[in-house]
Amino acid sequence: MNTTFPRLLLEHAARRPLATALREKEYGIWQSLTWQALAEMVKGLACGLHQAGLQRGEHVIVVGANRPRLYASMLAVQSLGAIPVPLYQDAVATEYVFPINNADVRFAVVENQEQVDKLLEIRPDCEKLAHIFFDDPRGLRNYQQVGLASLSDLQDKGQQFAKQTPTFFDKEVAINQADDVAAMFFTSGTTGNPKGVVHTHRSLLDRAKAGADFDHLSEKEEVLAYMPPAWIGQNIFSYAQWLCCGYVVNCPESVATVNIDLKEIGPTYYFAPPRVFEGMLTTVMIRMEDASAPKRGLFSYFMDIARRYGPARMDGQSIGLWGQLIYGLGNVLIYGPLRNNLGFSRVRVAYTAGEAIGPDLFNFYRAIGINLKQLYGSTETAVFVCLQPDNQARADTVGVPCAGVEIKVSAQGEVLVKSAGLLKGYYKNPEATAEVLTADGWYHTNDAGFIDSHGHLKIIDRVKDVGRIQGGASDGAMFAPKYVENKLKFFPHIKEVVAYGDGRDKVCVMLNIDFEAVGNWAERRNLGYAGYTDLAQKSEVYQLMLECVEKVNADLAADALLAGSQISRFLVLHKELDADDGELTRTNKVRRGFIADKYAVLVDALYQGLAEQFIETAVKFEDGRTGSVSAHLRLMDARTFAPVEHAA
Amino acid sequence: MSKVIGDVILDVHNISLNFGGVKALSDISFNVREHEIRAIIGPNGAGKSSMLNCINGVYTPQQGNITFRGQTFSHMDSHQVAVMGVARTFQNLALFKGMSVLDNIMTGRNLRMKSNLLLQAIRFGPAEREEIEHRRKVEEIIDFLEIQPYRKTPVGQLPYGLQKRVDLGRALALEPQVLLLDEPMAGMNVEEKQDMCRFILDVNDEFGTTVVLIEHDMGVVMDISDRVVVLDYGKKIGDGTPDEVRKNPEVISAYLGTGH
Repeated sequence: MNTTFPRLLLEHAARRPLATALREKEYGIWQSLTWQALAEMVKGLACGLHQAGLQRGEHVIVVGANRPRLYASMLAVQSLGAIPVPLYQDAVATEYVFPINNADVRFAVVENQEQVDKLLEIRPDCEKLAHIFFDDPRGLRNYQQVGLASLSDLQDKGQQFAKQTPTFFDKEVAINQADDVAAMFFTSGTTGNPKGVVHTHRSLLDRAKAGADFDHLSEKEEVLAYMPPAWIGQNIFSYAQWLCCGYVVNCPESVATVNIDLKEIGPTYYFAPPRVFEGMLTTVMIRMEDASAPKRGLFSYFMDIARRYGPARMDGQSIGLWGQLIYGLGNVLIYGPLRNNLGFSRVRVAYTAGEAIGPDLFNFYRAIGINLKQLYGSTETAVFVCLQPDNQARADTVGVPCAGVEIKVSAQGEVLVKSAGLLKGYYKNPEATAEVLTADGWYHTNDAGFIDSHGHLKIIDRVKDVGRIQGGASDGAMFAPKYVENKLKFFPHIKEVVAYGDGRDKVCVMLNIDFEAVGNWAERRNLGYAGYTDLAQKSEVYQLMLECVEKVNADLAADALLAGSQISRFLVLHKELDADDGELTRTNKVRRGFIADKYAVLVDALYQGLAEQFIETAVKFEDGRTGSVSAHLRLMDARTFAPVEHAA
Repeated sequence: MSKVIGDVILDVHNISLNFGGVKALSDISFNVREHEIRAIIGPNGAGKSSMLNCINGVYTPQQGNITFRGQTFSHMDSHQVAVMGVARTFQNLALFKGMSVLDNIMTGRNLRMKSNLLLQAIRFGPAEREEIEHRRKVEEIIDFLEIQPYRKTPVGQLPYGLQKRVDLGRALALEPQVLLLDEPMAGMNVEEKQDMCRFILDVNDEFGTTVVLIEHDMGVVMDISDRVVVLDYGKKIGDGTPDEVRKNPEVISAYLGTGH
């Protein structure tokens, strides 16, 4: 698309001035903002920013939740040829220091007092930061700091300026070209400083359009914007595609009201990471357990029906006359009301992305008639690389390459992408850019994957984590630890998994039980236990874990590439892996190397074939005290299966 | 960040209150200035709630008088007190448990409703306009106290800390000049206490409301109050800024006990 975000705004305002652009719930009522009013607001803010001294090419940080005026501010910044840099609103103050200094930021637009306080706190470290504009004045009445002003004042001043020089704004917008930088997103690196991913109007809009065409999005869609705008996913769905298609973006009243707002709006296009879908399902299940016996019975009967016929029905396959009848009845009694309760009555397309989603979770939503699909992409690719077409959604793939994307798998098994939506580069970081973006135009995703027989991309793991089995029965087979771990973690009774196998003769795993789920399971069986460690070592629990492991093995055996990753031995850990003990990252990812060192005796015991091993571990409690946990751990063998021969 | 504290708005003069032979309050005098946060503290049974009840017109003191905005009363009438712009919250909550948060706060608007019962019942003309006006005010309070997710929830289903917040909302609905808070932080966890502190400070700051509060938690009181009155066994043993009160030997002995 040879256009820019501000130009699209003006086109919408000219073509459909009175159509709703944004809605925000305030004082209990959904307040609408038309395209025309939005354009006026953007004009005022842009003129105000110009008067305040904002220069073309400068970076402006935007910190806050999804608020109409923050969206307008981003547009205003872009109108002047400057670059909005949305930052995560829940980050601690010190995390803003690097982006602000890295991009020489002088201007900040923030949501409220909380954000103002954070910026004032780090101001001594950010010498250039001169102007802070806030949206919500609450609590800021008595702040006297230099350079602090409200967006309302800025807008008022800008509107006066616009009256005196009416052609200024349009001229500025006309200068901007599609290949100018449109926005910058900081990605949280696990090590070192975050990197600023630079995107042009063209790259963002190209992908926005490709995604919109893929699902035939129109200006009639309704979207609820509730993830942080600093996340490229939210930004594409509620900003780039919003301006591209001209649909309505709804801003929830507050973080806590999202579920209520979702129900009131009934979006037609929806996007969330797997944990949001998981949270909703848990809420439904808990509430069902409190329901009366007949209701519970009805629910479980019709959910069985849904699981049997629902996914096939969503995939457009015939489910027979009886299937249609009974599913239709279930739809009237259970699925329809449930969809309504979740806020999904009108949803036409729903996406999940970011992490692997469990097949049970994925199928639950498809079973009750929600068109949930997966997509693949990252900040660097402006999201849309692969998408699952309607009728072809599966839990273990991420879809087919969408329009304008070329994809190939390198000799090392890395997924490479070429599209018009690739990043321009990392900001002030040519080395990092050169690492991922090679001269021949391919972007290196760092993800290991392959294209399956249906043409769908399947992601296995990060490239650097993928290893090889050495020696033993499956010598030389590919080993993808995260793939194995995820398969186990999809069982509700398993909380964490660490898998080893790279450079070894077989795959062994250490498991963490989910204390709540297994505790419940034990109680229902009248199985007494004294605490976490005791429960984890019960032979009944080992039996339960064995079943899970063997199910995963059977599943892996059917996978041509990963049949060698089947689990030979496992143990259940005596303590929960914890970020406080350094065993997990703060985002709850297992630190395999650290755990291997810390529990070296256990890893050795697994590979030496011992049946029992004593371990004592120091633990840190939440209040900072330390103690130790010790136990005799049992180690168990699991059955592995011969690889299933594929007829292909 | 500085706020301007005005003239004396409420002056309590030589109040004594007996229940039969029990002296709940003896000869208490103190004043409250406009826009300030004034705390009344003291150990259990010191007479804190009785003091609030005298100001509020629930109890009639045997001796002494109360001056509010230049008018002196020997007995405060509850209804009249409310009309004059004094609202209060209760230690043991006084909410309609089966009614929604919205409706509970709406009851606080009762005094400000002008149309008669019949018009309200059929929601005719001016009554409807008035209701919209009141609803707007209630929504502002809901927004202010950040209880939007519970708007339609029956109060009885909410956790205690939130019920306290609704109780504050109901008092705020009166748009009071003086807000009497009876142990607003009792029974709360640390986080709920911090939230409540912030709301009290915000009410004081945003609306300029004068706040008189009773509190057990010394830490909280010392942090947010402008001036503190200390009661012990119905007598006033200290009065001044938090720093002055903290150094007062009588206060120290009342709170920490004395060595014998």
